[in-house]
Order: sequence, then C-alpha cells, then structure tokens
Amino acid sequence: MANYLEFEKPLAEIEGKAEELRALARQNSEMDVEKEAEALDQKAADLLAELYRTLTPWRKCQVARHPDRPHCKDYIKALFQEFTPLSGDRNFADDHAVMGGLARFNDRPIVVIGHEKGHDTKSRIERNFGMARPEGYRKAIRLMDLADRFGLPIVTLVDTTGAYPGRGAEERGQSEAIARSTEKCLNVKVPLVSIIIGEGGSGGAVAFAGANRLAMLEHAVYSVISPEGCASILWKDAGKMREAAEALKLTAQDLEKLGVADQIIPEPVGGAQRDPDATIANVGAALEEMLTALDKKTPKELLQERRQKFLDIGTKGLAA
Amino acid sequence: MNWISNYVRPKINSIFSRRETPDNLWSKCDSCGTMLFHRELKDAQNVCPNCDHHMHISPRERFKHLFDGGLFTEVEVPKPIVDPLHFRDQKKYPDRVKIAQKSTGEEDAMLVATGEIQRTPFVLAGQNFKFMGGSMGMFVGNAIVAAANEAIARKCPLVIFTAAGGARMQEGILSLMQMPRTTVAVDMVKEAGLPFIVVLTHPTTGGVTASFAMLGDVHLAEPNALIGFAGARVIEQTIRESLPEGFQRAEYLLDHGMIDRVVARKDIREELVTICRMLMRQSPAIKGDLAACEDDATAETTATGTDSDKGADGDSGKDKKG
Repeated sequence: MANYLEFEKPLAEIEGKAEELRALARQNSEMDVEKEAEALDQKAADLLAELYRTLTPWRKCQVARHPDRPHCKDYIKALFQEFTPLSGDRNFADDHAVMGGLARFNDRPIVVIGHEKGHDTKSRIERNFGMARPEGYRKAIRLMDLADRFGLPIVTLVDTTGAYPGRGAEERGQSEAIARSTEKCLNVKVPLVSIIIGEGGSGGAVAFAGANRLAMLEHAVYSVISPEGCASILWKDAGKMREAAEALKLTAQDLEKLGVADQIIPEPVGGAQRDPDATIANVGAALEEMLTALDKKTPKELLQERRQKFLDIGTKGLAA
Repeated sequence: MNWISNYVRPKINSIFSRRETPDNLWSKCDSCGTMLFHRELKDAQNVCPNCDHHMHISPRERFKHLFDGGLFTEVEVPKPIVDPLHFRDQKKYPDRVKIAQKSTGEEDAMLVATGEIQRTPFVLAGQNFKFMGGSMGMFVGNAIVAAANEAIARKCPLVIFTAAGGARMQEGILSLMQMPRTTVAVDMVKEAGLPFIVVLTHPTTGGVTASFAMLGDVHLAEPNALIGFAGARVIEQTIRESLPEGFQRAEYLLDHGMIDRVVARKDIREELVTICRMLMRQSPAIKGDLAACEDDATAETTATGTDSDKGADGDSGKDKKG
C-alpha cells in the first residue's frame, strides 16, 4: 500500500515495522523474524478492521476520495464486454470527465455512463479530476436518449467532487446541462440503475442519479455540499469539516436510513482501495441483481415508479 | 408622485410628532445611493426610480403588484418534517428557521398563490431570498409540487420567481433530492400541456439554477440579476483569473443563450399574460381595465369583478389582499 490516509498512520507504522523486519531477515539469513513479523501482521489486520468498522463521516469522505479506489474505467473494463465508447455532445466538445458508451453486461446490452477521475497526474488532468463541464452532461443526455430509443437499460457510475466551476462551463450553461440531465434520467422509459462508487458531489452527481435503484458502496458518500464547503459557510471555518461531515449525514449508512440509497454494496476490509477486484465483483453482483429486478417492469411502470420514488423522498425512513 | 404629500408632509409631520415617526420611511438605493421615500419605492416595486436598480422584493409584495387588484389565494403547502437530520452548526437549524420566520413573517422560503392577472388565471410561486437565502429544502420542494398540482388542477400556467443561494445545507441530502423532485413536478405541468415560465430574479444560484429554474418553457430574468451555478469567487479560485464584467448577470446570460428575455419588473405582468395567452392559444387579453393594486380601497372594488372565471374560488386557502 503506497497511499496511506492520515488516520491510517498507526497502521502504516506497524506494517512498516513488519516490512523492515522481513527486509532485515532477507539480508541476514540466520535471523528468524517470521514469528515476530506475523504477530505484527495480525496486529495490523486487527487495527485495519477496527479502523474501518468505526470510520467517522469525515474519514469516510477521505476513503471515498482515495486515489487508489477503482474508478469508472476499472469497473467498465472488468464488468462489461464489448465496451464501445461513444463521444461528444454534438454541440461543442467531448468531455473526458464523463465516459460512456454501449456495452454488454452478462450478455445484456446496456448503456453505461460515469464520471472518470483519472489515476495519475496526466490522466487526472485529461479527465479534469472527474469534474464535468456542460458537454459531459449533454453527452450523457445523448446516450440516455439512445438507450431510451433502443430499450437498453442504463447504468450510471457516480464519482465526482462536483460539476466544474469554470468560466466557460458557466457560459455554456452548466446549470441548464445539469438540470436537463437530471430531467432526462427521470424521463427515460428504460431501467436506470446508479451506483455511487466514490464521491457523490452535489448537483454534478444528481445529474446521473435520478435512478430506479440507487446503490452506494459501503464507504461512498453523497452530499449536497462538500464538508469543507459547508464548514466554510456555516462555521465560517473550512477547518471544521469533521463537524460538517458529521452534521450532513452523507454516509451510505445514513442515506439508506433516509430512504435515498436503496442498498449498500459491501467493500473489502480496509476499503475498496485495498482490494479493487473484490470490490468490482461485489458491484457486478449488485448490478445484476438490480437489473434483474427491473427486467419485468413495463416502460410505464419504470417511469412512474421512478418519479414517485423522488416525490416520496422525505416522507419515510426519517428515523435517523 | 406628489411632492407635497410624499416629501413635504412627512417632513412637517416629523417635526411635530417626532416620536411617532418610524425611522424607516426612507431607504437608500443599494446601487446609486439615492434616498428613496418608502411609499414611492413600494409603488415602484422596489425598483430605484433614479437608476432602475431592482432591489429585493418579497413574494407577497410582488404578488400584490402582479395579481388583479392585488388579490390572490394562497395555496397551502404540506408541512415537511422539521429538521430531519437534527442539524446543528453554530446554531441549531430549527432556531435558524424560527429567526427567519420572525424576520420575514413567512413560514418558509416560498409562497404559492393562485389568482388572475388581466383576468387570466395563474399559479405563481415565489422564492423569498430574505428567508435563509431563499434556500431550497423540503418546504420549497413541497411548495413547487403543490404549485404544480394546483396549476394542473386549474389548467393554468405555472410561473416560478426564483431567488436563492442554492440548496438548504441544513437538510443535507434531502435538500439535494429536491432537485430531481422539483424536476418531476415541473415536468408534470409541461406534460399537462400547460406553460411553465421561470422568472429569474437576483440572485439565483446553485442547485436551484441546476434544476427547475433552467427547465422553463420560457426564461425571463430581471435586469442585472445574478444567475449561475458556481459562485464567482469559487470560479476565480479555480481558474485563477478574474472574470469579465457582467459575468453571470441576466444580460450576460441573454448573450450566451441561456435565457429568453430580460424584463423590467414593472413589465413582467404584461409579459406573462401576453406569452401565456399565446401559448394557451387564447385570445389577447383585454388591457387597461384591471390594474394591479394601487391602494386598498380601489383594490377591493376592482377585485370583486374578477371572480367570474371558472375555478377561481372554493379553495381551502385564505384570501390575501394588498
């Protein structure tokens, strides 16, 4: 593990020690450190489990933003066959922060759309760190129209800090693009399934998440504003992000209670970043389950149930 | 305006009975600094007669000017669950709501009303920026759903006057969910074949702009209104350059194709009727016989003549008049 989060420092120390011991043993073959190293391994494993069982909302935000988490591209590569990316909004440009296209999921042809953050400096810049411009949302609208026309289910993978706050984005109608994309989600007559795989940042996330079924990964977050932003507005101190994260109720567990998330997809111990393959497999299983459940619904039912779901939000499950 | 009644008389009165004179008879234009007499300002719908600056106006005040005779029926908004998240920052959320209720005299940040404008039935919904920045929480969502249902039931246009900093953070994800929720509501109006008109007023930003506010059949905006998704400061910090003059203002948006028309507050009444009557394929409105409220006495007499149209009464809400 190259990237430890701040709260994982004690873990990094233990794992580092175990590593040191083994390195020493490799130089000096007479030393038998395995027993000691194993004890350290066990200690590290226990600590990891404990840390992730008791993640605070702010720590969840950090995990949700972890650079080593599997991103949209990884899910598409592992879960879908014949992925055929489709590009452009037919108006202005192709936004690389949003990827999408035709694909097969367990033989079923679908349209997949998602935010892609990138995995290294070069790709992050190319992907604009997963912050879409109006073109990204308009590309998504195009793809949703395509799916609607040919009766293909839509799968969206949400992972964005938010829509890009830039001059050009504003000039080309960022808010209109988001509004139309949200509207399109709500009006398609095919199954629409969303999974928040990392960060669900405000309007930029909503634009893809007007779904029949919304699933969230165990440590994903979905919020009206970032904890930092909320803290700087309401606490007048961006440093109060821990308090803000707590107050916003942005974790998957809270959102399930509030009736916003329909289900939670478990992550491996220590988070998706420690075992991307297992995470992707869990997402695949959940996806199959959700799509199968929607298979038998008529276009009218899909549309009406989806709309009713949003009209009903706030009327139930408010025990939190 | 009568100079003697508006200026000299109050001045004389103030000399003789200083104690009884409220000190808020005069206010200063936010833009040009001209001192404005309160009644003059009220008659001009809070638009500065000197520089045409459009100042804040509450939905209730606006509706008095828009509806015939200043008469309208308030549409009841279903009450949402209060403080679902038990949100607390430096203050408790319910305390913030109470302060806003006290200072505005309103229940929350949106007022919905039905009535007639030039004898054309309308449902109007107005956001109140003075109520926690007009922010969209569950109440505003409920208000828009109620307004949409009312418009469909009455088969009349829905007009929303927007003014908001965005979503109400204190309701967390439930405020964000009002974006899709209000989208469903306005789409129901559109599917019923009825016009949905948005009038963007200063300021309209964030999640409100990125949902129902940008989904109108026609977008009008008041002059110089700030309209945008992200705040200018956030953008400047992101792109590290300063923004052009007039950025995110109504005229700028007009130039960039995001709105249809920039309309002065005094002309909105006429515009709404003209546009909606054409969209509804109705004959042109008969103009000149019905004014918005001038003063209370005339308002009452004019208003009695307007009840002829179908479905105007029998509502559970209480009558409000100017």
